[in-house]
Amino acid sequence: MTDAAEEYEAVVVGCGPGGAAAAATLARNGVETLVLERGVDAGSKNVSGGLIYAEESAPYTIDGLFPDFREEATERPVTENIIHNIAGDKVKSFDIGDLHHHDTAWADAVLRRKMDSWLAKQVHERTRETGGGLLTEVHVTGLLRERGEIVGVTTEELDPIKADIVVAADGVNSELARDAGLMDWEEPEEWFQGVKAVVDMEPEVINDRFDVAPDDGAAHLFSGDLFDGVRGGGFLYTNESSLSIGTVFHLDSIAEERAEPHELLDSLLTHPLMAQWLSDEYDEREYSAKLVPDSKKAAHPSPHEDRLVLVGDAAGQMQAQGPIIKGMNHAVTAGALAAEAFADARARDDPSQAGDLYEKKLHDEGVMDKLRPTGYKVFGQLGELGPVDDLSNAIAESAVGRFGVRAAAGLLERAYASPRMVSMIPDTKLPYVTLPTVIAEELGEPVTDENTVSPPDLGDRIGDLTYDVGDPHIELVDKSFEASGTAVTACPVSAEDFGGGCYRDEMVQTNGSEEHLVSLDTQPCVECGTCAIVADTEWEHPAGGKGVEFNQG
Amino acid sequence: MHTVVMTKGVPDFREGQVSFDEDGHLERGKTPTVMNPNDKHALRAAFQTKVRNGGHVSLMSMGPPGYEEVLQEGMRDVYADDLYLLSDREMGAADTWATAMTVATGLQNLDEQPDLVFAGFKTADGETGHTGPQTCWCLDWPMITHVLSLDIDEDAGTVRAKRLVDGDISEIETVEAPMPCFIVADPEFEPTYRKASHRLKHKDLREETQQRAEEYEEHLTVWDHEDLNLDPDYIGLDGSPTIVSGVDPIPKAPSEREATMIEADEREALEPVLDELTPYAAGD
Repeated sequence: MTDAAEEYEAVVVGCGPGGAAAAATLARNGVETLVLERGVDAGSKNVSGGLIYAEESAPYTIDGLFPDFREEATERPVTENIIHNIAGDKVKSFDIGDLHHHDTAWADAVLRRKMDSWLAKQVHERTRETGGGLLTEVHVTGLLRERGEIVGVTTEELDPIKADIVVAADGVNSELARDAGLMDWEEPEEWFQGVKAVVDMEPEVINDRFDVAPDDGAAHLFSGDLFDGVRGGGFLYTNESSLSIGTVFHLDSIAEERAEPHELLDSLLTHPLMAQWLSDEYDEREYSAKLVPDSKKAAHPSPHEDRLVLVGDAAGQMQAQGPIIKGMNHAVTAGALAAEAFADARARDDPSQAGDLYEKKLHDEGVMDKLRPTGYKVFGQLGELGPVDDLSNAIAESAVGRFGVRAAAGLLERAYASPRMVSMIPDTKLPYVTLPTVIAEELGEPVTDENTVSPPDLGDRIGDLTYDVGDPHIELVDKSFEASGTAVTACPVSAEDFGGGCYRDEMVQTNGSEEHLVSLDTQPCVECGTCAIVADTEWEHPAGGKGVEFNQG
Repeated sequence: MHTVVMTKGVPDFREGQVSFDEDGHLERGKTPTVMNPNDKHALRAAFQTKVRNGGHVSLMSMGPPGYEEVLQEGMRDVYADDLYLLSDREMGAADTWATAMTVATGLQNLDEQPDLVFAGFKTADGETGHTGPQTCWCLDWPMITHVLSLDIDEDAGTVRAKRLVDGDISEIETVEAPMPCFIVADPEFEPTYRKASHRLKHKDLREETQQRAEEYEEHLTVWDHEDLNLDPDYIGLDGSPTIVSGVDPIPKAPSEREATMIEADEREALEPVLDELTPYAAGD
């Protein structure tokens, strides 16, 4: 066989919501579109907390592009939104329905394997009609260049492929975005890390325990002192016959505190507040983990280069501000806008304009302002300056601050539910830990239920995942503990004094001196990307169809 | 391009499927018949020619009417455009020679003459590996055995193959032959699809063949010896020069070692296993 490149008009890399939206929109415009997905099935590599939104202000929504989406691919709609402020066993709950409903046409809980594989079927049917189609188990490794210009993609499984447009929807650890030099894995401050347990529960039991109708669902958020001071919070969403329970923390905070992500998740699962929902027969279907870009810092303002456009997580388009966590909807909008931009550029006989047009559409349609809100730029970043942060924490914890919290309980609840206030939240301890703790201490009631949940240990959690890793895909470049030791704790499938994970550290005797070294076994890797940031690695995804396979996601 | 694959139904020797009586004889009645596993490699090789070069893939077998399901299995699990079963009582109890005569006649009876005929590397029951090469001898075609990979040049009318020399994995040669040609696929044959367009076509064809297999009867042709104009004296038992003088069951290996049974439903119960095995872990 020859090595000559094949040509398609468009190549979309990744079939999550961003890739699916791009592919569907390209196909609708009659563009010959090839979609390459590296999982054995779309969704097998994808994890999300689990809420997908359709925003009233968005030019594209997932159900607009895929009309049967909500019937076929989602779990329960969110009809109740509560945030719980926790201090010890004291809890003060606020209804943040107003925040949730702001600009929201609907929001549904989803499990990604089911959702993405359904989307992939629709995408294949639609793109096949254009002469393209969707292929799974293809790992796109990088960009194909001619005379320095991006002209297509290279893959592990196929000959190079040329295209007039390459849509990189290859997720948070996008190899294409990094090949193009548009994204990196440098600053822990730009990332969150989420871990999640999907817990089995009969639909009737969910209806009963959450007091929701069969077609309704609840979203609960948790913050306060239950996470050992690590900045972040927890969530619980109701699916049709399971719960998605997880925690999301700033990666720099996980790294600094040497926190063990799975233990933070366990802190939530075993808190007395959870007893009302979780019974003795706690049955965890799946443990999963994912990096989450913080769009305020990581969303690329100009996510394109030559014929390459980035959409969704690959471009850092993940909005996480306090209780708002929106990613998939922005990926959908961005994917469709990128496709629209290419269709427009092609109509003008100049496909090379697609990237600039895409960038303009992101701004004109208000996507960039949602991802990088002005309020955060003005007030939030100010709050992150050391002295301001120290002062705010001191005030909130002081008698004066506490008096204010007591006096202004109603105002606080309204503030929590205000989209404008939330957009200004700084990434500091104040909103994530100090304030919720003070609120709970001053206003909360003790929860006396006994929580009897005993979550599986990390070994069992890893053991329940499906792996076919193939060759090691991550290389540990600097094995010293100084350079890479953080991975031992921060990696969601590793832990100190746990032998079965990816990373472990040991003291090694060499020529009379002792060295503190780190070793890596990629066998249990969940491909979250944490170690690409907190350790010194050469990080790549496994080959197509290889590596972890999520059944829930 | 017309490609034909020869296959045979064999007892399913997989654990849990196969059944033996007290004397160690195979219980045919209790053991399901499946497509000979090595033939699936041959069918995958033929499917590769369909994906890359187009044309038509036929799957052919000689055997009792029940072999229809063997053909259906090949159509469903790999690929076939149509199915041919050579079947009547006169063909029964044939040895490899009589089978080869019958199948070669079946191949010559096809409307469109094949460009390639594939066979698998020996059957799971007889294990002779004779039927393919003997069929080729009847056709008087060139033959390439132990084939690992295959490229077809339709314009030149040639096939180029990588093959194991003497079935030895350490020695691989590349050979070229004119078509029509007979190919024996090695169990190590790996179809390769390096083009996105090939993979997309593969996906389409797999979907089609699975649907076709649901109604395989509509794509099945059954020929008896009269359809093939075969003299009963030269086929079946009468046409078989092989005489099986006897079958000796291989005695079961005597189990002389001591066995300790350990219930393994609990983690603690595995501790004794560890205790037993630990001394060996050092490689002693």
